[in-house]
Amino acid sequence: MKFWRVPLDSDEIVITRGVVHIIEDRCKGCGYCIDYCPRDVLEASSRFNSKGYHPPAVKQPDLCVNCHYCEAVCPDFAIFSVEAPAQPI
Amino acid sequence: MNAATTQKHPLDGMLRTDRIPHIWCPGCGIGTVFSSSLIAISSMGTDPMKTAVVSGIGCSGRGAGYVNLDSYHTTHGRAIPFATGMKLANPELTVVVFSGDGDLFAIGGNHFIHAARRNMDLTVICVNNLNYGMTGGQAAATTPHLAKTSTTQRGNPEGPFNLPLLAYACGATFIARWTMLHTRDLTQSISEALTHTGFSFIEVLAPCPTGYGRKNKLKNSDLLKVYQEKAIIKNGANPAETILDMEQGITLGKFVEYDRPTYADNYKSVNCD
Repeated sequence: MKFWRVPLDSDEIVITRGVVHIIEDRCKGCGYCIDYCPRDVLEASSRFNSKGYHPPAVKQPDLCVNCHYCEAVCPDFAIFSVEAPAQPI
Repeated sequence: MNAATTQKHPLDGMLRTDRIPHIWCPGCGIGTVFSSSLIAISSMGTDPMKTAVVSGIGCSGRGAGYVNLDSYHTTHGRAIPFATGMKLANPELTVVVFSGDGDLFAIGGNHFIHAARRNMDLTVICVNNLNYGMTGGQAAATTPHLAKTSTTQRGNPEGPFNLPLLAYACGATFIARWTMLHTRDLTQSISEALTHTGFSFIEVLAPCPTGYGRKNKLKNSDLLKVYQEKAIIKNGANPAETILDMEQGITLGKFVEYDRPTYADNYKSVNCD
């Protein structure tokens, strides 16, 4: 991450990171996780799941900060994120 | 990148996973509200054996079938009387009523107002999708004025209930309204409602793309965009001043929380001297 000046407490602050997991066969393709991801991590895919819907795909895995919003907004219990080692800023 | 489909979803322990995927349509908000409720119930740390979920009939009524707790799918409109009986028979239980606007306010309207009047110690989560979704998108008691549904093709001539005001007037002691997009606030409110002693009512606005959305030319995420853009968060607002208007705004927040004796308290004080 770029700063115009390095914050004084930059050695104490870390950015959380997450890894997104998608249970593709539960997805119904509503797209809410893609629309409402605050970091624009996900994108629509052209793949089909076993029910004929297009599940999301991870576009920018490095941007995920493990906020769990996709997990909270998904109506189908099809997506969640787990914590990955944090990175210093 | 989707390597870990072998991992379990964090809420799988609360779900009857053999019944998932659920019947709710793509884009329906009930799943999100259900998920928030499950997070709130599981984060309470109470004994799962002492928590029960009661649902009525309708799309939201299916909720009872998916939760891995004691749950009851009752007859149409009768979720609150059933829950009242459970709570009075076994006061140790935490009883959650998870149902829809049609079930709670149309056929079950009288049960709602009397449970609120008595201040029964229940938590009522009402998923408001603005129409009767399961039966084909007919106009309901919560359908906005001039909205199109399958029974009001030229626009709804009636006005809707203001549910927080109705609940307040009837005597509910905890009242909140959120949309399914405000999942964090919603989960927080449900947690507070579960610990609140008395009749707690939470209205949650959720889109119904198949019933309401199709007739009003709103695609999957259009109604959510309206909810996002028109939301006015006003905690502690007077329920009489809350509005639910797609043009003027949608008042959200925790409106009311106060204490008064519950039905069980009053019953004991009269009959158990």
